[in-house]
Formats: sequence, C-alpha cells, structure tokens
Amino acid sequence: MDFNRYQRQTVLKDFGPEAQQKLKDSSILVVGAGGLGIPALLYLNAMGVGTIGIVEQDIVEITNLQRQVLYTESDLGRPKIEVVLERLRLQNSTSKFKTFDTFLTRNNALEIISQFDIVLDGSDNFPTRYLINDACVILKKPFVSGAIQGFEGQLSVFNYKGGPTYRCLFPNMPSLEEIPNCNDNGVLGVIPGIIGNLQALEAVKATTGVGEVLSGKLLLFNGLNQAYQTINFNLQPKNATIKKLLKSYGAELCETSPSISVAEIEQKISSGKSVQIIDVRTKTEFENFSLSQVKAVNIPLNELKGRINELDFQSPVYLLCQSGKRSEMAFRLLLEQNKQLKLFNIEGGVDRFLALHG
Amino acid sequence: MTILLFGITKDIIGTSTLSMPSSSEFGSKKSKTVKELKDYLGKMYPELKKLSSLAIAVNNSYANDDTIIDNFDEIALIPPVSGG
Repeated sequence: MDFNRYQRQTVLKDFGPEAQQKLKDSSILVVGAGGLGIPALLYLNAMGVGTIGIVEQDIVEITNLQRQVLYTESDLGRPKIEVVLERLRLQNSTSKFKTFDTFLTRNNALEIISQFDIVLDGSDNFPTRYLINDACVILKKPFVSGAIQGFEGQLSVFNYKGGPTYRCLFPNMPSLEEIPNCNDNGVLGVIPGIIGNLQALEAVKATTGVGEVLSGKLLLFNGLNQAYQTINFNLQPKNATIKKLLKSYGAELCETSPSISVAEIEQKISSGKSVQIIDVRTKTEFENFSLSQVKAVNIPLNELKGRINELDFQSPVYLLCQSGKRSEMAFRLLLEQNKQLKLFNIEGGVDRFLALHG
Repeated sequence: MTILLFGITKDIIGTSTLSMPSSSEFGSKKSKTVKELKDYLGKMYPELKKLSSLAIAVNNSYANDDTIIDNFDEIALIPPVSGG
C-alpha cells in the first residue's frame, strides 16, 4: 500500500498504518449515489477504502445539481452510476469498485449486501431504509444511516456489534399518506453534504475501530441553529431476531413496474388521442408549474387512495410527478387497490420533460 | 416543560419548540406519562396521531409510553425522515 498517499492520516497517533490497512482491507456498500451518497463516496474513496460498492439506477437530473456535487451540467441525462464510477476511478486508481445498476429490492438486497462488510444508507425513501435494516439484521452487518429533510438531518449506526436497529427507534414504516411530500421534500443543498460526510466518518470508525461509533445514539442536526443533539436508545431484542425479509416493502422501487418514456407519451399526445395523465405532485407544486403540452389531472399522492374513483378505469393511466419517484409509489398504491388498472409510470417525470425541452 | 419538535412535527405544530406551562393540561393527576402527553398532543394536533412511528425522547433518552415525565423535563418529538 502507498502509505505516502495516506501520510496525513497514518501520521495520526490514534489512526496510524494499522487503521489504514484495515480501511484497505474493508468493503463498504453505498446505497444511493445522491445527496448523501456522493460526499460519502468521495471521502471513502479518497481515504483509501479498499472495495467500494455502489447501488444506483437513476440518471442525473437538473434538480440533483444543487446538492449532488459530483455531477456537472454535462452529465445531465447520463446514468449516475456511470458518472460516479468514472470520477471515483480518476480520484483513486487503487480502489476496487463493484457497481450495481439497479435499485435495491427485496429480491436483490441480501445477495448484494452479503458481499460487503458494512452498508452506508444514502437512500431517499422509507421502503429502502426498512429493507436495508432488515437485510442487515439478517446478515449481521452494521449500517450507517443518514437521512435528511429540509434543514435537518439524522444520523446513527445501526446493528453495530449487536447494538440497536432502525426498528428500535422507528418500529413501523410510515405509510404514504402520512408523508405529504415524500421523496421530493425540499432540502437545502448543503445539508446532505454535512450528513453524508458524517456517515463517511462513522463508516471509517466502524471499519477501523478508531474512536466511538455512534451506536445506540441518534444524532439530530438542525442546520438553522447549528444544534446537534444526541438521543440515547436501546436494543429491543425482538428487532434483532428478524430471520427473513417482509413479503413486500410496500412502495419499494422495483424493476418490474411498466414505464413509458417522455418521448413515447409525447407521441401519444401529438397523435391527438386523449391520454389520461395523473399528476401526483402536491397541489402547490402543480399550481406553481405544470407542463403546457400535457393535460394532466392533479391528484396528490397522499390523496390518491381516497380519490381513486376519479380515474377512468377503462383507459390506461399514465402517472406523472416531478422526478418519477412519487409516480412509482402511486403505481404501487393503485395496483394494490385495483389489479385491473392499466398503469404506466412516466419515467423521469416533469424533470425529464424539462431536460428534453430546456 | 419544553418540547422540541423535529421533522414533520415542526410543520404540524407550526413551531420548533413548544412550552407547556404547567401540569394542568393533563388534569389533576400528579405523575404524567409519555402516553398521557401523546394523547394530549394528539387532541391538540390531530395530524400527529397519523404518524405511525414517532419517537419521543425525555431528557435525551428514548422513552416508552409509560416513562414518567415532569415539568422540568425536556421532551423531543422525533419522526423518521427519509430524504437522501
């Protein structure tokens, strides 16, 4: 190993060449190359983590650039995993990378996570967070969890050496109805940068044994007043006994949902046929900005279940949101209600329309 | 007692901290529990009752429904957040 490269950290009395070697020998899986995953990946790779895994299937959208600072304007429309890999290879040619061009699902989670020592959760939805928890408990892997909303962040290391899990803090997965803005919640750009970097720090500590790992403690960060608060919590033993994954994680992203590209939907519209498009963004988002070329009906995701009868069941339903995530959730939700519906998720949502038309 | 609000509870209640002046809100009983506080807040802010996972901390420690609280305690309402 090139100790010279890492001299600034191997010179640290409490880190040294021993910890550096442990980093080199370790493998860390980062789920999501977004606001949290990007800073974490850049630092883990810079610091000399031997094997880095990345799970990501999104493409770079204009609304990502405000916080996902690895991507540039010239990357718009490219698969994130491709851009990240290029950049990380340039940054550190000695690292090994394992990339997974997919979303984490109940069908692939165990197989993917089993290949790594530790998981860093940078996902952006509850189904994936609960899936990671359960898979890590089953596989006895620690995971570094970071999550953000608005000006706030949360951080903890779960399932570390028999310590408490995510379900010890939050036993039940929130339903779609109780999270009004879901994945497209606003966030100040620098907040995931702060929390993602703290995740990298925890991952390094958990890997090397240096310092005290944030296990059994939840760090709450409020960017508006620079307040850091730590909450202590204990293991609820029943949460450590999970033996298999749930049958479903609800609206979990899954590779099998039928989708339609923006180009295809535009073709249908221009052919003059009536196309049923349901925009599941909030009323405010819809009023602030809706696409002139698309005649969509606005039914916010959290109202969808109650307003399902407003849909024309005889013709296909095309689901639209800002980035394609909430429409994916709407797809799951509607499918649970009515198996006969012909549903399609418009890939990339309003952002994709904008990317294509400027 | 001071109640610190995080995530969506801040939006529901409309402030980042809530001061509860005295024990009178809970009726005449002397000792109060987290469960009683939850019920009281749920009546005042029905949207809170919709949260299926809401962690409550008393003096920076995770609390159960039967944890006893008094006027000098600092309470925090902590919903999970999912953004990344």
